[in-house]
Amino acid sequence: MLSDANLAAILLTLKLATLVTVILLLVGTPIAWWLARTRSWWKGPISAVVALPIVLPPSVLGFYLLVAMGPNGPVGRLTQALGLGTLPFTFAGLVVASVFYSLPFVVQPIQNAFEAMGERPLEVAATLRAGPLDRFFTVAVPLSSPGFLTAGVLGFAHTVGEFGVVLMIGGNIPGVTRVVSVQIYDYVEAFEYADAHILSGIMLAFSFTVLLAMYLLNPTRTHK
Amino acid sequence: MIRARFELAFPGFALDVDLDLPGRGVVALFGHSGSGKTTLLRAIAGLEKVPGGFLEVNGAVWQDATTFLPVHKRPLGFVFQEASLFPHLSVRANLAYGMRRVPAARRKVSLAHAVELLGIGPLLDRMPGHLSGGERQRVAIARALAVSPAILLMDEPLAALDLARKQEILPYLERLHEELEIPLVYVSHAPDEVARLADTLVAMERGRVVAQGPLSETLARLDLPIRLGEDAGVVLEGEIAELDADWHLARVAFPGGGLWVRDSGLAVGRHVRVRVLARDISIALTPLADNSILNVIPATVEQLADETHPALALVKLDAGGAPLVARITRRSAAKLQLQPGMKVWAQIKAVAVVG
Repeated sequence: MLSDANLAAILLTLKLATLVTVILLLVGTPIAWWLARTRSWWKGPISAVVALPIVLPPSVLGFYLLVAMGPNGPVGRLTQALGLGTLPFTFAGLVVASVFYSLPFVVQPIQNAFEAMGERPLEVAATLRAGPLDRFFTVAVPLSSPGFLTAGVLGFAHTVGEFGVVLMIGGNIPGVTRVVSVQIYDYVEAFEYADAHILSGIMLAFSFTVLLAMYLLNPTRTHK
Repeated sequence: MIRARFELAFPGFALDVDLDLPGRGVVALFGHSGSGKTTLLRAIAGLEKVPGGFLEVNGAVWQDATTFLPVHKRPLGFVFQEASLFPHLSVRANLAYGMRRVPAARRKVSLAHAVELLGIGPLLDRMPGHLSGGERQRVAIARALAVSPAILLMDEPLAALDLARKQEILPYLERLHEELEIPLVYVSHAPDEVARLADTLVAMERGRVVAQGPLSETLARLDLPIRLGEDAGVVLEGEIAELDADWHLARVAFPGGGLWVRDSGLAVGRHVRVRVLARDISIALTPLADNSILNVIPATVEQLADETHPALALVKLDAGGAPLVARITRRSAAKLQLQPGMKVWAQIKAVAVVG
């Protein structure tokens, strides 16, 4: 039922989303922690920057990333100096762009969970001899686990669903940057509706399933 | 010995204390909400950073100009108003959380002892969500004890509980007091808790200490009872001296006299605390035989003071060494022509055994 091209696109998409989700959980957690607890003036501006991808057209984000990572951009110069070449139209470039694109979907649920937890459990842990890192891993993370679950699911699903940024940064290279959403676009452009239907159906089923699983696993507290 | 100096100014609130507290027994930080008692306790714990403060606990400096020991390095136990158990951990794991982080050589209170003291053996495998409020607070107290603290700090641990749950926990707190050598600093706005538990009283108002000293002495100072209103009264310590089986009464003897109380099954020789409220004492110049009041004891007027209500006066009495405070009307005081040094009879209408 699945052609090799479709299978390749699906596997590439899953690989991209998995990698991006892992990176986002690692990068997003400290940002969420800082945003949840800081009283600094910088909280507003940083929050706004993190949330930008929610409102910005993906083409705008993609355009700036393309310029920055291109041969004459600051990131591009750095990667070239390090002997890595330039990132646009590579899988690595796609990963970097996707991390920016999906950042708010990971940071915000974790930040909300940290804020909902409040200061008290951490104070209790401190009076029970737990140092800062100890408190974070043994109290903050377990108590915020629903937030992490939501963050992981949204980060993954949002990366799977991206299109505009991929097109700008990744292009459309089979097996390297041609993810499912781009593949579907190609099929539609070529009037190959049967293949478009198959991939679109898979995407729809996948998105519904992960969101359903998230809401079932994460019942809101008001149910009690 | 606890030496604490803290000055802190928020908009609308200032804390300004300079305290020397005994490093043993129960110290009650007493005051209305907003008096700064909780802020002071949190400053002692290091949960509230008070720049420029000084704190020394039993010879160890926890805070001075150059030192600020972080909370997790202070050998203290802390019980919050809400039990704040870790909801993701069982009772057993909650108890073990702090204990595991204390080096074995420094553990003085065994888990078994803490469990036994608070009577939580049957709860160990339950999750906090399935405990009653009183049970949760007992687990929280045991959890704080299990770190073998050099000092135990409690922030209104009973305030969130109803009367029945309070009565459930108070005996356990008294056991801690009797069986452990750990000094306890106990924040409360409830005079009955203070009367029952405290050895030393620190009364606070608007961020300042307004009275401080041994419990019965401080309660008998007339400047404090004025502030206590209906709760003004003294606490006396004595022993059950005899029982009157016919009438179900027990006599509590203290230096200078004795008081008959209802026999609640206490054995002769048992050390007890009784609380006598100022509003339950009236004054007579001669001992009247024809009234129902059981406890009529001779006393000397020491001092008179106005109460906040213009109709009332407070009279401090010396009953053979035991301080009493009576609240009477100013008209009565004038009619009896009460003055310091006068011999009178204190008629005590009610005496409560509080512990």
